[in-house]
Formats: sequence, structure tokens, C-alpha cells
Amino acid sequence: MLWSVELLLYVFLIITALVALEVRDLLAAAITTSVFSFVTAVLFAEFEAVDVGFTEAVVGAGVVGVFFIAAIVRTTRETKD
Amino acid sequence: MIEPHPSPIVRLVCRVAARVIQVFALYVIFHGHYSPGGGFQGGALLASSIFLLRWGEGAPHKIWDLPQRVSFAVGAIGTLIFTVTGVFGLFSADNFLNYSALPLPGMSDAMRHYWGILIIEIGVALAVMAILVAIFDQLMNLQADD
Repeated sequence: MLWSVELLLYVFLIITALVALEVRDLLAAAITTSVFSFVTAVLFAEFEAVDVGFTEAVVGAGVVGVFFIAAIVRTTRETKD
Repeated sequence: MIEPHPSPIVRLVCRVAARVIQVFALYVIFHGHYSPGGGFQGGALLASSIFLLRWGEGAPHKIWDLPQRVSFAVGAIGTLIFTVTGVFGLFSADNFLNYSALPLPGMSDAMRHYWGILIIEIGVALAVMAILVAIFDQLMNLQADD
């Protein structure tokens, strides 16, 4: 892959991680965590570890996001701290 | 208890996308020994399609329902398929998961490996799908069967 595209992916990875840590809305944090997982999956595929990237895309971006959203529906959407 | 989504467009998209995801999951499972993918990824995709149906159509739903009792039973069946295939190789050829020892008549060793890996992946996919759906039902407190 082009080194510029890879650099862009790394920058996007760090931005999504910081946003997921700092945002007040927990639903936004869950979605941003899914985006983080998807960027990680693209990077894994770029390292020619397609199997790992596929697992990361399915589990990290799909199933874990659904579990986080289910937990938010059952509890609360706003952080207290 | 999840209410069905009020918008018919969202519900239609959920239904159609779930079918597409299920077909792709079957492709991933049955093509897993040639290409990336396999039982775990295919099972997680099947579970994702069921989550999509749960959010769109509501749960418990009379058509899309997979009650907790059934999902635990399906998970146990998947684990049983894996274990029986593995232990068969352990007892007939002293290696766990030795596909050459499977009792498939009239096949070369390569074809026995081919079918053995396919059986293992079907078992893994069933177990992963059922247990992920059971975790989701526990999180949402869906007790459909009792």
C-alpha cells in the first residue's frame, strides 16, 4: 500500500482512540470503538494477515459494538464522571 | 423485550441485509479451507445477522426467534460435533483431530482431510453463533421461552 495511505490510517486510528476515550456520550464512544476496530482490521489486511483482519472486522467492529449498544440500552447513555 | 422499529424502511433493510449476511457467512464457512475465514468468522457473521433481525423486527418475534433453550442446545451440538470428530482421531490413530482416521469409506487421505476440516468448521460455526446469540439475549434480558 502507499505509505501516505498507511500514514493516514495510523492518524485516523489514533484520532478514533482519543475520541472514544474523551467523548461524553457513551453511544458515540461505542460507535467510535467500532470504527477503531475497523481501521485496525484494514491495517491487519494491509500487513497480509487477512485472517486476523477478517476476525477483527467481524468481532471487533460487529459483535462487540452490538454488545456495547445492548449494555447502553439496558443502563444509561450518559457518563457520570 | 425489544420493540419492532417504527419505520418500515429500516425493517425492510434489516431483513434484506440479514439474508445477504447469512449467504456470505455460509460462503465463508464452506470456503474456509481455501481462503481466509472459517468456522469462527462465519459463525460470528451468522450471529450478526440474527442481531440485525433482533434490532429491526423486535424480539421475541414469532418467526425470527431463537429462544435461549434452543441456542444453548445448538451450542452444545456444535461442541459435540467438534469433540466427537477430534476424539475419533485420538482413539483410532492416537492423535487428536487426526482426520486420516475418520471412517469415510472409499476416500483418499486428502479427501478425508478435506471433509474432516469441513465438519470441524460446521461445528465451530454452530457453537459460536449460538453462544454469541445467548450472550446477547442475556445482556438484553430476553427470556423468550419462559
